[in-house]
Amino acid sequence: MRAIRLPHGAAVAVTAAVALVSVSACADKDGGGGGSDAIQVTASDTECKVSRTEFPAGHVTLAVHNTGSKVTEVYIYAPGDRIVTERENIGPGTRAEITAEVKAGSYEIACKPGMRGDGIRQKVTATGQGAPRPNDPRLDRAIAEYRRYVQEQADATLPKAEKFAAAVKAGDVAEAKKTYAVSRIGWERTEPVAESFGDIDPKVDVREDGLEQGQTWTGWHRLEKALWKDGKIGEEEKKLADQLIVDLKDWQKRVGTADITATGMANGAKELLDEVATGKVTGEEERYSHTDLVDFQANVEGAQKAYELLKPVVSEKDPALAKELDERFAALYELLDEHRDKGSPDGFVSYDTVGKDERKKLSDGVNALAEPLSKLAAAVAK
Amino acid sequence: MSADSATGAAKVSRRRLLGWGGAGLALGVAATGGAAAAAIGVSDDPEPRLGDAVPFYGPHQAGIATPVQDRLHFAAFDVTTDDRDALVALLKEWTRAAARMTAGRPVGEGAVGGLPEAPPDDTGEALGLKPSRLTLTVGFGPTLFAKDGEDRFGLADRRPPALIDLPAFPGDDLDPARSGGDLCVQACADDPQVAVHAIRNLARIGFGKVSVRWSQLGFGKTSSTTPEAQTPRNLMGFKDGTRNISGTDTAALNEHVWVQPQDGPPWMVGGSYLVARRIAMNIETWDRAPLKEQEDIFGRTKGEGAPYGKKHEHDEPDLNALPADSHVRLAHPDSNGGARILRRGYSYTDGTDGLGRLDAGLFFLAYQRDIRRGFLPLQTRLARSDALNEYIRHVGSAVFAIPPGVRDAADWWGKELFA
Repeated sequence: MRAIRLPHGAAVAVTAAVALVSVSACADKDGGGGGSDAIQVTASDTECKVSRTEFPAGHVTLAVHNTGSKVTEVYIYAPGDRIVTERENIGPGTRAEITAEVKAGSYEIACKPGMRGDGIRQKVTATGQGAPRPNDPRLDRAIAEYRRYVQEQADATLPKAEKFAAAVKAGDVAEAKKTYAVSRIGWERTEPVAESFGDIDPKVDVREDGLEQGQTWTGWHRLEKALWKDGKIGEEEKKLADQLIVDLKDWQKRVGTADITATGMANGAKELLDEVATGKVTGEEERYSHTDLVDFQANVEGAQKAYELLKPVVSEKDPALAKELDERFAALYELLDEHRDKGSPDGFVSYDTVGKDERKKLSDGVNALAEPLSKLAAAVAK
Repeated sequence: MSADSATGAAKVSRRRLLGWGGAGLALGVAATGGAAAAAIGVSDDPEPRLGDAVPFYGPHQAGIATPVQDRLHFAAFDVTTDDRDALVALLKEWTRAAARMTAGRPVGEGAVGGLPEAPPDDTGEALGLKPSRLTLTVGFGPTLFAKDGEDRFGLADRRPPALIDLPAFPGDDLDPARSGGDLCVQACADDPQVAVHAIRNLARIGFGKVSVRWSQLGFGKTSSTTPEAQTPRNLMGFKDGTRNISGTDTAALNEHVWVQPQDGPPWMVGGSYLVARRIAMNIETWDRAPLKEQEDIFGRTKGEGAPYGKKHEHDEPDLNALPADSHVRLAHPDSNGGARILRRGYSYTDGTDGLGRLDAGLFFLAYQRDIRRGFLPLQTRLARSDALNEYIRHVGSAVFAIPPGVRDAADWWGKELFA
């Protein structure tokens, strides 16, 4: 996806993954220690000491020594709390080595004794050419908040998806249908970030018409078709339910490494509305289950979250746009509320009961919001 | 129309404007909207060059008496906001955008060269194209004044009596989704891409305030306001608009098209009333009709277009020589107490209908000083007796009050109405 700058984001994710593999190997072999160029990180229960706060950009090695009594983890964060690399499960008294490719710029090294919370942070700088101009700190806060939101959504999705998968594996069609739509909400709210990884979305959220030649159809919509169109669950579906959970766990683990920028957040919000405009309003996304309105609501909520976090900056730079967006979000929620159904497991009426005139109104509401929302990125970048 | 070529395009259109109507008068009006504006809206040049710009400012809106272009994109809009100020702001923004586009310039800051993070103001498909005689003509439908008894914008008492709701005519087969509308924009140009670009950009500017209710593409003008030029043919193969009101016939325009001071209301003086009808043709059965039957239906020969009993197209018809139920006889002013309308319709084809038949016909557009003395009596007579009815169906219908022209850069569509 364009907003999250795929090539760069993907590269970081790969680097981090490779780093983790090599770290494990190192830690197992000699318990770490690091070479002379390594930055020594002394992680106690109350402190996170670093031997240097400035180092040249490029290949960076952290030699971590856990001197505390709790298991710890160490992160390198780029602005906006993007995870550059991390190492979990560093036991008391043990050493570990973490490596990463780091571009010039400002970072934070965090030790998290007990592996909880935001950690004890040290500001460090990678020196060299091409260091990015520091962001408006309000935007960095917005990005960090948004990243937290995205992680929360992934974390909250897993138990719901597991419930859905369990129903499928039990062969319980009725229960699986009931739990299907709600298992997708967290994903739909944050889809542009998930899409930035490139490989997860085609596994979990692809529709039959989106398959490439030779691609095996997996994920939610494959199960949707089995449940609603075929009305039965076979061995293949049970395996696919397991696979869905594996792929969603991969998403949950990697989502923190996405390269999120303020303009990326803004464009991501616009793209969520694009999703609504092209897939949900037409009823194409959930063509068998007709639970499109659940996705619709989730897409709008995700877009609104990004906007709300950017709002302090937008209200200052383009107050008219902020006012318009506030009104249009409210108007669209009002329209969606007309289609609530308390008796439905997901809270909305089936989309096949929504007539052409009503769909036109929803489409008008989406266009009314999406048009000013397409100006959000520029307002942030000004 | 690009940022780069904008200056070039503007130069071209300016140079051509100097030749248009002579003596640089038009340029002066376009640039200043001054007192000379009286000359605009009427052209004595029967064959203007296709790339030219048609002056936007003047006492009458362009796109009525100005020479008919080859292509049409017509859009009817529902106003979705209840906020009068938002509607007024939209009309102002539309006017600004229209002034630029009709001059061959892109909307707002253009299609390229803006902030990389922002979507461009202009959608860009008209970059490098000439103004193509683009005209944009705006109208106000009855539902703008009051809808379902609700006076949304405080305009209920401003609806002109001449803007009537048409009665149901015999044989009407109207689709509500192709009828009505609070606002309309008629975009005519010699290049279809220029016309579509204009409607697309106005619709985009309008999101959240208006929504396209229906729209119609048209090609092959079926009427001309330049009777010296060759009369175009409709999809039935007959010349159409032989006796249309000429764009240069000021007396006829004042008598039959432009709202006069004594007509009122004051905000409509210099304006007109538009009736738009989507008239589907039963193309396949028409094509199987014998030539004699086809000619009897119109009361004119198919080749020359001469009225029965006469030799030439422009000969004055002797109505008694025409079949009693022929289209030309029934529609003739002499059969209707002198009533005349200015026709500006286009052929349309929206592909096929799924049964292998052309979905085609005439998108009929007629301008008049008062619908009660124009289309209403005409269509009442035609709907009852016209032999042509066997081959056509009226499937869409709308009426609009067309306000007078935008006078200068400080003026905007509907300023007097909302005053």
